[in-house]
Amino acid sequence: MDLGFDIVDLEPTEHVEEGDTAPEFTRPLVTDEYWEDIALSEILDDGPVVLVFHPMAGSFPATYVWQELPGREWGDCQVVGLSIATPYAHKRLIDERGLGEEYRLYSDPGNGVAEQFGIAHELDGMAGVAEPRPAAFVIDTDHTVQYAWVAKEWPDFPDYDELEAAAQDV
Amino acid sequence: MTAGESTITLYRLQACPFCERVVQTLDELGLDYRSRFVEPMHSERDVVKRLTGKRTVPAIVDENTGVTMSESAAIVEYLQSTYGEDGPRAGGVA
Repeated sequence: MDLGFDIVDLEPTEHVEEGDTAPEFTRPLVTDEYWEDIALSEILDDGPVVLVFHPMAGSFPATYVWQELPGREWGDCQVVGLSIATPYAHKRLIDERGLGEEYRLYSDPGNGVAEQFGIAHELDGMAGVAEPRPAAFVIDTDHTVQYAWVAKEWPDFPDYDELEAAAQDV
Repeated sequence: MTAGESTITLYRLQACPFCERVVQTLDELGLDYRSRFVEPMHSERDVVKRLTGKRTVPAIVDENTGVTMSESAAIVEYLQSTYGEDGPRAGGVA
């Protein structure tokens, strides 16, 4: 982005990298019809996963991310979002963006998954609220991270073409 | 627990006392179940309608017996008569 000024750099973080085993977690996974507790390992049983961490539903980056992700070729991968939004807010996002059955979103209001991945981000000006910094991981069925991108600036967005290529390679 | 191993699925609404009543019975009988939460708006509950013909919760799907049903009193009675002490599946899921 060229805005004519420097955007905010995020502090370096020890986050999950390519070659690492993805941390296991269970959270409510929201579909267009309901939500239930689902472990990452359960969806990895069905195939590789593109896990996209994004700002909470209602923020403009959440809208941008879900404008970009559908309509691309994800190969065998399931594309799953994650934010601190409640299941109710995720459900509205799914309805508004017409994500249907194909795209599902994990709800993690306590931000514990971001902590496991080393990408927790305290929001300036929203006391007590932390969410994941923008990040995307391609995880294969052995739970190995094959591609990792974590924002170094705020805001920042995944390189969608690169992410799509990584998903097709897995 | 996660949903992987359970054969009873409970469709529920957060904080719905009729749903909590069913949960209590499931817990008393020591039954594993998966919870699927639906929306407060009836019109948003097509998944339940497809299963039971109605949009009311609680509703359960029991893969052990092939039973699908709604109405908390009926569900509690079904669970007790099926999995309770004198029921055909007493002691839980075989």
